[in-house]
Amino acid sequence: MKRHALAALLCGLGLAGCATMDDGAAEKRLVEILKRDFHEKGIAKLDRLDQDAVQQSCTKFNNNPPHGGPGGIDRLEAEQMAAIKWPADGKFIGDWKNGEKLAQDGRGMTWTDKAGAPAGGNCYNCHQLAPKELSFGTIGPSLYHYGKSRGNSPEVQKYTFGKIFNAKAYNLCTNMPRFGYHGVLTEAQIKDLVALLLDPASPVNN
Amino acid sequence: MRFRRVIGQSLMAALLCAAVPLACAQDGAATKEEKDATIQEIERYREMIADGNPAELYELRGEEMWKTPRGPKKATLQGCDLGLGPGVVKGAYAKLPRFFADTGKVQDLESRLVSCMVNLQGMNEAEVIARPFGQDAYKSDLEALVAYVVGQSKGVTIAPPLEHAKEKEAYALGKRMFLYRAGPYDFSCATCHSENGRRIRLQDLPNLTTHIGASRAYATWPAYRVSQGEFRSMQWRMNDCFRQQRFPEPGYGSEVVTALISYLAQMASGSPYEGPGIKR
Ligand code: HEC
Ligand code: HEC
Repeated sequence: MKRHALAALLCGLGLAGCATMDDGAAEKRLVEILKRDFHEKGIAKLDRLDQDAVQQSCTKFNNNPPHGGPGGIDRLEAEQMAAIKWPADGKFIGDWKNGEKLAQDGRGMTWTDKAGAPAGGNCYNCHQLAPKELSFGTIGPSLYHYGKSRGNSPEVQKYTFGKIFNAKAYNLCTNMPRFGYHGVLTEAQIKDLVALLLDPASPVNN
Repeated sequence: MRFRRVIGQSLMAALLCAAVPLACAQDGAATKEEKDATIQEIERYREMIADGNPAELYELRGEEMWKTPRGPKKATLQGCDLGLGPGVVKGAYAKLPRFFADTGKVQDLESRLVSCMVNLQGMNEAEVIARPFGQDAYKSDLEALVAYVVGQSKGVTIAPPLEHAKEKEAYALGKRMFLYRAGPYDFSCATCHSENGRRIRLQDLPNLTTHIGASRAYATWPAYRVSQGEFRSMQWRMNDCFRQQRFPEPGYGSEVVTALISYLAQMASGSPYEGPGIKR
């Protein structure tokens, strides 16, 4: 095949980034060996290596899938959106003080965490929130003044709840985890985090 | 060891805090005085280690182990071929991982050491890899041997071969593993390591998809970890990142980890090796 001959030639010339095993073959091999090469440890079982449709598409297309088709952004985002469990009482705002504790807490889901131990929200690992916390990560945007800048309307409340419940419904291959979807945080905890972001009394907005 | 004694409790706490943000989950209310004290402690620590990296102690122990007859065959590791010929240690690490005809596999330093211990010294493979990482009073032989071997590549250009079909395969597979998203947080290595200037809490995250970012990381590992008071190998580094990725644990010396290390080594190829390093 011409394409392969060209790839081999480029490789032979020592051009950076060349891989003779094409990505398709590597992808196949990886699936073959993953469960042989990993073993379960503590709460981290081997089924964690199984990808759902979102993980699969984002991996396959290096976080940039096409819009159309079964593995495309449009279909998968709609499915993720449909899977969000909205609060039955229609309320989105909880207690910001508890939200701050959750945002600080980065524990949970690793093989060194105990089974059944509650997980935190990890928010400060990736985001700036309340200004007095100087130890914040930058994988996500700063959320300082999040509510102050966009207000506290029902639409904003709903979006914020949905985003924390399932960030991939809004941005398929985002680096942000799906906290509600994966059962990491409960509905009540997500409401507390919404309060941290939107309550006018929250340090995030002061 | 002067070094160990001078690291006070508070410094350990501060360092731990920096290394494991989660350990300081309740630390949001730290006062300005506390923060200043932390910075002072870290500066004091920098001065202390200016005259030595405790990794040297592991290098010495590893060298002695290398030269001492051990195992059922009472053999030394001086006949071990790390890729540059039997017994050649100098510069060998910088040319790993690579394909080895005798095992028919691409091997990184650690899986190669295991092969030598099994084939030359007659040790039992399952026993050799049962506890590859030191903890508390338990010291790992493999980590000491790693320290010795990598120390013999200080200043040597990182240049693992990418010629054999299996070496190319390992590279492609490692790259795939790097991008593989799964688990309860949907993380891959790329989630944390594919952009410049990002941090988790205050820890800088190298962009391992660039030559410069990969070089900085690869050239300074394996390393002595101050927060753990322990010398750590590259396989340990991979392990702990898989833990943070919320994945299950990879097998020691497994094909998938060797592939990942091959990918990182190729990304860093051309830069001088500077380890063993010293890390938080
Ligand atoms: C692994 C990193 C990571 C973690 C952990 C994380 N986020 Fe995010 N977050 C991101 C990224 C990246 C974005 C931007 C891309 C996007 O919108 O999806 C984002 C976006 C957001 C947004 C949308 C901002 C906007 O302007 O619309 C909100 C709200 C948010 N995060 C809240 C949270 C909360 C609350 C937590 C803790 C429960 C959290 N995030 C944890 C990475 C993270
Ligand atoms: C959730 C975020 C996260 C993920 C996912 C992650 N890492 Fe890391 N990685 C880190 C952090 C944080 C550090 C710095 C750790 C420290 O200093 O204690 C680090 C450090 C490293 C280093 C050493 C950098 C240096 O200069 O010391 C390497 C190499 C590395 N990671 C590779 C990987 C690989 C390969 C993967 C995929 C298996 C991966 N990481 C997945 C967060 C992550």
